[in-house]
Amino acid sequence: MKKIIIVISVIILIASCKKDETVTPAVEQPTPTVNFLFQQNYDGAAVTSADFGTTKYTNAKGTNHTISKLQYLVSNITLHKTNGEEVDLGGYNFVDLANADSRSYTPTAKVSAGTYTGVSITFGFNENDNTSGAYPDLNAVSWSWPMMIGGGYHFMKFEGMFTDKTGSQTGFAYHNGTASKIVNGGRFHEANHFRLRLWDFSGGFVIEQGNNTTINIKMNIAEWFKNPLVWSLDDYHAMLMPNYTAQKMMNQNGRSVFSFGGTTVSAE
Amino acid sequence: MKKIQLIIVVFAIGIFTTSCRKSGCTNPNAINYDSNAKVDDGSCVCTPASGPTPYQLQIPQTFSLYLPAPIIPVSNPMTVEGVALGKKLFFDKQLSGDNTLACAGCHFPTQAFDDTNRFSIGIDGIRGDRNAMPIFNHAWNTGEKFFWDGRANTLEVQAFEPVLNPIEMHDTWPNVVSKLQADESYPALYLAAFSTSTIDSVLTSKALAQYERTLISGNSRFDKYLLRQINLTSSELNGFGLFMDESGADCFHCHGDATNPLWTDNLFHNNGLDASFTDNGLGDITGSPSDNGKFKTPSLRNLAYTAPYMHDGRFKTLDEVIDHYSDSLVYSSTISPLLKHIPAGGVNLTIQEKGDLKAFLLTLTDSSFVTGH
Repeated sequence: MKKIIIVISVIILIASCKKDETVTPAVEQPTPTVNFLFQQNYDGAAVTSADFGTTKYTNAKGTNHTISKLQYLVSNITLHKTNGEEVDLGGYNFVDLANADSRSYTPTAKVSAGTYTGVSITFGFNENDNTSGAYPDLNAVSWSWPMMIGGGYHFMKFEGMFTDKTGSQTGFAYHNGTASKIVNGGRFHEANHFRLRLWDFSGGFVIEQGNNTTINIKMNIAEWFKNPLVWSLDDYHAMLMPNYTAQKMMNQNGRSVFSFGGTTVSAE
Repeated sequence: MKKIQLIIVVFAIGIFTTSCRKSGCTNPNAINYDSNAKVDDGSCVCTPASGPTPYQLQIPQTFSLYLPAPIIPVSNPMTVEGVALGKKLFFDKQLSGDNTLACAGCHFPTQAFDDTNRFSIGIDGIRGDRNAMPIFNHAWNTGEKFFWDGRANTLEVQAFEPVLNPIEMHDTWPNVVSKLQADESYPALYLAAFSTSTIDSVLTSKALAQYERTLISGNSRFDKYLLRQINLTSSELNGFGLFMDESGADCFHCHGDATNPLWTDNLFHNNGLDASFTDNGLGDITGSPSDNGKFKTPSLRNLAYTAPYMHDGRFKTLDEVIDHYSDSLVYSSTISPLLKHIPAGGVNLTIQEKGDLKAFLLTLTDSSFVTGH
């Protein structure tokens, strides 16, 4: 009996101290890395902060103008697979042309390998996300949209100077966000974001494990003034935020602004 | 027999429980701290080399609610000893060429670390050409551009410059370092703050920057209003409405709002002061003519203490500032597109509106900030 007890005790002792035994981890498949690059052009000519205040553009109305600021917000990016599956990446990206790094966005959500047909984006925030004060990084850059006209955040600040009908240089502030108007003596607010499906018309793109895929999204700035409404800066250049008509016009023109710009693939 | 069996079992279990627990130094403040050790074996060695004490910034409630974390560079972490050293340096006249001028000689704590003079006077009696900027909330300078023209990319670089500026402290860093090294108190303070008693300009700038980051103003009446602790008057609320209205005074695009309690966008604008420029501001730093006439947006906090106003201190009173934006804007090629009705001089506020706007602006005064430094 004594021998048995001793043997059991020694076994317990030896067995319990085998804490450093090697556990072979399950082999984890590498997740593909995907990021988005937001590229701006004016009817095909690339636009960067180096053009601010110097490069002259002519819009669809024939008005000459410059650009001094372009900042905008894109949220809830979704990738579409050929089998109909959607990969919702959530989050948002604040693009500021004055900060080149802001043009690149890497979502935190994982993307699975496969063939994709395109991308969907929300320009601005939807009703659920457009909550005043909710995003410290946006608060700190004065991106808020005043409560009196609906609150939440700006979706875009597009500014510059234009030659007005008298030949004078005048500033324009094409700011987009919640639409607001006075109805029966009270303010009525209307969500003004829009959702866009950007198709890869080349037949789709492949995201592979072990590769870093950059998805390019193009913004043609000229479209804000062109399609379907030819924009008159003489009529709409300032105090556009509380102007319901101007906000809804921006919403219409914004739908042709973005396009899928192809992918760039590199090995990780 | 049973007793012997029991003793053997207890002995085995004792070995089991103790033999599996690694021994070592378990004091996290010791230089030989072993994070894997479960049993302290008395080997801990605690010396000053274990480093200075981390400093916790006192962040105002409105900042915690709405702003990102303060910007603290990895290369210059905040420490109790570093802040104390920086404060001593900030008030020390030895940083100037003739030992007559400290940083605080142009950045008075009672003026929200600003100067009441339009242009500060350096040690040689020479006046500067720009108004001193107040110092607060620099840990939230999101653009990381300091000075009116944005020429410093970090607070450490900003702190480095006035010593060398010939119209300010007009000294040399080797001379300043020599004076501090010979001072009976400084070597020990540097040892405590940076684990070396060998003083240099970089460590000195770091200490100054650490102190400046502790200068936080977030306790104004408007902060209390946001926290629902007090109410504002109807005049103050009307003024806030004008401030936030693009069709009104439209100040918020550059000067923050209720969710940006910094009350600045930390960017650069030409705010319609002159038709041509004698001072190019940002343009001289970037080399781009499109930046000429642009200057850093100052915070609207503590306007009660920071007169005179503008980069060149041209306006003595807040009323003059409001009159400028309302009635006296001047066109130039780089003027901010956000400024409206330039041919009319601005948005032409009524006397009542001007009064309301001023009343609101003064709610951003933080009287607790200008005492106790």
